[in-house]
Amino acid sequence: MTQRVAQPMTHPRRSRYSALALLRHALRPTPWSRAWRAATPKSNYDVIIVGGGGHGLATAYYLAANHGIRNIAVLEKSYIGSGNVGRNTTLVRSNYLLDGNTQFFEHSLKLWESLSHTLNYNVMLSQRGQVVLAHNPGQLDVLARKGNTMLLNGIDAELLDRGDVMRALPYLDYSDECRFPIYGGLLQRRAGTVRHDAVAWGYARAASELGVDIIENCEVTGFIESEGRITGVNTSQGRIHAGRTAIAVAGHSSHLAAMAGLRLPIESHLLQAFVTEAIKPMVDHVISFGAELFYLSQSDKGGLVFGGHIDGFNSYTSRGQFPKVQDVAECAVALIPSISRLRLLRHWGGIQDMTPDGSPFIGRTVRRDLYFNGGWCYQGFKATPASGWCFAHTIAHEEEHPLIKHLALDRFERHNGFDEYGLGLWPYRQ
Amino acid sequence: MSAPIRRATGGHLNRDVSVRFSLEGKSLTGFQGDTLASALLANNIRLVGRSFKYHRPRGFLAAGVEEPNGLFTIGLGGRSTPNVVGTGVELVDGLIARRQNAWPSVEWDLMAINSLFAPLLSAGFYYKTFMGPFKGSWMWYEPFIRRAAGLGRAEKERDPDRYETRHLHTDVAIIGAGPAGLSAALQAGRQGARVVLIEQDCRLGGSLLSEPAEALTQWRQTIEREIAHLPNITVLTRTTALGLYDGHTLALVERRDATQPDPIRGQAREVVITLRTQALVLASGSIERPLVFGNNDLPGVMLHSAVNTYSERFALQLGSRIVCATNNDSVYASACALARHGANVTIADSRTHVTPALLQLASTAQVRVLTDAQVVHAKGQRHVRAATLAVGQSHASIACDLLTVSGGWNPTVHLSSHTGIAPMYRADIDAFVPGGFAPGHYGAGAVTGCYALSSVIREGAAAGGSAACYAGFQRDVDSLPMPLIEDVAYRLETTRSLRPTSRHKAFLDFQTDVTSDDLTVAYQEGFVSVEHLKRYTTLGMGTDQGKTSNINAIEHMAHLRKLPIPAAGTTTFRPPYTPVSIGALAGRRIGQHFRPIRRTPLHDWHAANGGVFTEAGLWLRVWYYQWAGQSVEAAYLEEMRVVRQAVGLSDVSSLGKIDIQGADAAEFLNRVYVNGFAKLPIGKARYGVMLNDDGTVLDDGTTARFSDTQYFMTTTTAQAAEVMSRLEFLTQMVWPELAVNVTSVTDQWAGLCLAGPKARTVLQQAFPTIDISDTAIPYMAAIETSLDDLPLRILRLSFSGELAYELYIPAEYGHALWQHLLAAGASSGIKPYGLEALASLRIEKGHVAGLELDHRTTLSDLGLAKMARPDKAYIGQALSDRPGLTAADRWSLVGLRLSIAGPPLRGGAILFFKDDALVGHGRGYITSVTWSIELNQYIALALLQGGLGHEGEEIVCVYPLKREQVHARVVSPVFIDAAGARLRV
Amino acid sequence: MLRIHCPHCGLRDYTEFQYGGDASKPRPAHSDTNRSHWHAHVFLFDNPKGLHREYWQHRLGCRQWLIVDRDTASNLIKQVQIGPIAPASAP
Repeated sequence: MTQRVAQPMTHPRRSRYSALALLRHALRPTPWSRAWRAATPKSNYDVIIVGGGGHGLATAYYLAANHGIRNIAVLEKSYIGSGNVGRNTTLVRSNYLLDGNTQFFEHSLKLWESLSHTLNYNVMLSQRGQVVLAHNPGQLDVLARKGNTMLLNGIDAELLDRGDVMRALPYLDYSDECRFPIYGGLLQRRAGTVRHDAVAWGYARAASELGVDIIENCEVTGFIESEGRITGVNTSQGRIHAGRTAIAVAGHSSHLAAMAGLRLPIESHLLQAFVTEAIKPMVDHVISFGAELFYLSQSDKGGLVFGGHIDGFNSYTSRGQFPKVQDVAECAVALIPSISRLRLLRHWGGIQDMTPDGSPFIGRTVRRDLYFNGGWCYQGFKATPASGWCFAHTIAHEEEHPLIKHLALDRFERHNGFDEYGLGLWPYRQ
Repeated sequence: MSAPIRRATGGHLNRDVSVRFSLEGKSLTGFQGDTLASALLANNIRLVGRSFKYHRPRGFLAAGVEEPNGLFTIGLGGRSTPNVVGTGVELVDGLIARRQNAWPSVEWDLMAINSLFAPLLSAGFYYKTFMGPFKGSWMWYEPFIRRAAGLGRAEKERDPDRYETRHLHTDVAIIGAGPAGLSAALQAGRQGARVVLIEQDCRLGGSLLSEPAEALTQWRQTIEREIAHLPNITVLTRTTALGLYDGHTLALVERRDATQPDPIRGQAREVVITLRTQALVLASGSIERPLVFGNNDLPGVMLHSAVNTYSERFALQLGSRIVCATNNDSVYASACALARHGANVTIADSRTHVTPALLQLASTAQVRVLTDAQVVHAKGQRHVRAATLAVGQSHASIACDLLTVSGGWNPTVHLSSHTGIAPMYRADIDAFVPGGFAPGHYGAGAVTGCYALSSVIREGAAAGGSAACYAGFQRDVDSLPMPLIEDVAYRLETTRSLRPTSRHKAFLDFQTDVTSDDLTVAYQEGFVSVEHLKRYTTLGMGTDQGKTSNINAIEHMAHLRKLPIPAAGTTTFRPPYTPVSIGALAGRRIGQHFRPIRRTPLHDWHAANGGVFTEAGLWLRVWYYQWAGQSVEAAYLEEMRVVRQAVGLSDVSSLGKIDIQGADAAEFLNRVYVNGFAKLPIGKARYGVMLNDDGTVLDDGTTARFSDTQYFMTTTTAQAAEVMSRLEFLTQMVWPELAVNVTSVTDQWAGLCLAGPKARTVLQQAFPTIDISDTAIPYMAAIETSLDDLPLRILRLSFSGELAYELYIPAEYGHALWQHLLAAGASSGIKPYGLEALASLRIEKGHVAGLELDHRTTLSDLGLAKMARPDKAYIGQALSDRPGLTAADRWSLVGLRLSIAGPPLRGGAILFFKDDALVGHGRGYITSVTWSIELNQYIALALLQGGLGHEGEEIVCVYPLKREQVHARVVSPVFIDAAGARLRV
Repeated sequence: MLRIHCPHCGLRDYTEFQYGGDASKPRPAHSDTNRSHWHAHVFLFDNPKGLHREYWQHRLGCRQWLIVDRDTASNLIKQVQIGPIAPASAP
């Protein structure tokens, strides 16, 4: 399978961002131009993408940049980036075990590595390294299997023993008080964090410059069908026709799909995220606890950003349950005792799709000309570039990109899917 | 700048108690009743911090929790707490405070050089640069940015303080103890409801504490007295309502720092309270809004209400020449009070018309009033020294040493917003009020936009009464006393449309250094929705969460977009209302108490006899015993040897145990397990496997039958809770017609495993009266007997592959049985063995366990396909034959033996066929490894593509993490005694 | 905090309960070996934004499995029943 490489821009950017541009604006104040054009919907597009989140915008960008399809509308019911791309804990990594997942997420990380340049927008990829902790030999074996697999696929990984972890992360709990003593860990140096909002804005700006219409405050209320095909959508801003229609509204996938008569292997769940007030640099890695699902890093602004498990029952409310706040705080102190003194500034919730195997769905649907992208569980953010890349390919070629062939909507009719962590068939436990 | 004067009298201070504290090592004093902020101001310390981005000098803006500038690091070492807002810290003896975010000092901060580059540092500048010259260049810039960002510094020492969590239940919760909250509490209390009154301050009264009128003080004291006397009212001061959650639940934090708690004596520094209530009254008041003009961040520019609070509550005269800039009526009374305290006061009112009553009031107090006057910019270097005003068409400069600002009042709508109800704009007060209340929730006072004091009090009483009624307390009671005061009307004219131009920076968000210019940039670039605006400019992202900035910013953006304010949007307030210690949220669940510890009934014996423990889920199990060696690597081999050659005893009490009874118990088990259980004879046990609904293996274990209707099931330790819950689901929800009951008896029975060729000898020695011959208790027999009138269950099962017995006895006698067996086995050389040996013995025998049962493997993957009975239905059957689950190339269980000496086999190694290129995902992986004392080499269990179809072939095990590669031969996973002869001796 | 009224034990925090997922779909008969019936039962969800019939077990209480009708958009609980209930009555 040959990849078409991103074509060179056919028209110059209206205002290329650079230190020089900043200086120019500082010396002779002229208005900056809009990051993305304000657009009103046309009556007809080649492709409509429902959902102006990270995945939808990335898809639009790669359709335009990689496949030359530029008559595209991205429809967003609120403001772009209002969903999970702006509500996550900003981690990117490619430490995946299962055949298919490994390659997909590594492709994503590779795209992350050049994304600021690709988009001419600083998304602040910080490859500060992620340490996943193990608390007993069995856990370390599981991590070793993953690390070995990564190395065999050309992905960086290092196995750490307790001493290595102590040297890298001296502020964790190594005392006798520790309930689950640290036994070792797996380090991926290329993993890290990205400034999440910038991803949506950067893709939007770059897509817009290639001619994509980004239409905010445009809610899809139904699909238009004609001769067994999906030929467009009804929206709060009127009827819009399209050759192909793509859904990328993770969190609300079931709702949209139901309008097209589809029932999905997806539940919507609330995941909370947390941030402390800003402090001077303290944590220089992304750290994942092994005793519970808990992960923490420090933002460039200085806040410690962390998260845990979903609240655990279907929900479309974006407000979390307080016991989960306490639960996550317990994990934070168990991992870093001195964090006890710092203060939680804010916690918020995002609605995420959860699936029976913890893996997403991308590809065609049983409805002709309707494409689906969703079910991202915890991994939507890190997947954004590869998801957009592969989804765009799938829409352009009307056939799944090789990297996402395993992520079909109907996979459970044939097998048990891709349960990366061996957690079983319950979406609410994945 | 004139020195502030602590007036000789007045204020709510205890002047008999002088309090010593320090700022950056300099010793200072204040009074009991001071906050850190008021004490610093009393010591004429006006410069309290540097701003986030430009490092501009900053003084206190506010007197309450909304303070954006005055952040301090309090305490030392493990008690050091960064970013504490000085206006919220009660002064206590020995308090150690440091200012932050400046180098080398707040007075002389070299980082202020950032101001020179301000034009470059406009909103979102970092998205436009730091990308070159190479891909990944950001990694070079980032450390500088990170060091420049952040506020205070966190220590890495363990926090020595103690935190608690507490649960409260009540009928009516009242948030805020100002005039509305006090009257609500008393009304609800009088009606007989249990009331919890929550106040973040150390005293009740709210805004009344800043009121000079004697009549109000008297009223407050009357109400407080009655509240104190009503036993059904609980008052929580120093307690903040952090969030309002589903189910009428409030999260509160009570701070006890001011009482200097001693953790050694078990006293908590902070207590997080989960308060469940029937009804609640939101009386959270309002916060004054600053005005936006050039240099509005200069020290000496303060919220008018804050100056009033410092004056009335803390007896501080912060200025002698004061300009009060306002757009509303609320400043007049207090401006007059400032004048009566001796200051020269000028009110600069942006409105053209001010009511005669107010002008009269001002004139009586000799306060000058300029109408149609607004501040263009403040002048001064490190403190305000003049205000440039636009008065009508002309400009005037008025010298001053204090410039107070009031842009109106923002109701504190946070908690109502937490429930998902968006705030609603009210044009008459130019502010957002709660957009509604959930059933049982009521609002009263300034939070609802009600500002006239007598109305506030009446509204409070009404809300308290309604809340009590909602909770079921409807009783006629006397109406509350009212203070003898005259209400001052609240009238405001928004200054939004009037924007005097100034070349000086005009701040919207003081803490994050967001200016009106930044908003203009955001507007130009299309970041116009409120959320985009906040995210792009970082407005409202500081420790104050935009309490003074959000509404000004929304109004400013609405103005730029030429939209009415409601159309420009509103903001979502997220919990917590003010920052809360993570330690307080964690409470006592830290250290060893992070998660519950499950100990077996024999735990104490193990601990006293050299047992070294390891975590198995929540359980602590013996990993190995020190009799066998000082490290696990040495010890488990010794322990294995004892079991293989003599006899060992291990504690298996953590296995899940389920009692299953009923006429249909046999049918029930027959449906649950893949193999047949309908015909299991009484006195026999059988190994069984159960599947998930999707056809993967859920768990394995044994079930013994003790009578027609009674079975005893054991599960793995890991899946015990899950299996129990599934069985309950099936009995209660799926097959209610079956006469069967399941009960967890895991904690009721101690389980001991006696294993080894001499096991029968030991057992006979221990129980001379019981016939334990092979005829009486053959392999897979299960008998119920008694020992000294105690029930004793003996199951002849083997996990290790040796002659073995599992013995179950009521938990409290496990210890006695354990010692009895050890004594009986002394002459046979009995020794205890731990989890590592147990796991290694089972690998030699080829039994699957946790690492192979991961919800991904099927029966045939584990070599158990033959167990499934095709002639009956069992759970998971239908989906277990999907093509992907039955494919011949699935990875299935094999044994591995090293074919040539080399590095050890390791768990997690990836397997390849001999001719494969060593890339990709391989053909399988090693799940479990041990040294085999019988085969004298490393052996492993693995999942391999095609499984035993490759028996005898040599494969490659790679472990690139250690750059290791070894060759191994595929063998049967049963390494020892394949015929099972040892089991049947 | 979500609170559930257990018919046996009264109003309790949701943390005492274990969520058990979608209860709106009929479980195929035990003897039903039709793969697509089971596939739909195990893997497909309506996942409504609104009233959702779901299982909860009062694990730290009476251990009763309950059928709860809850609005996923507001978390308000409309009714709690002790099952089993004929699936036909699902909302």
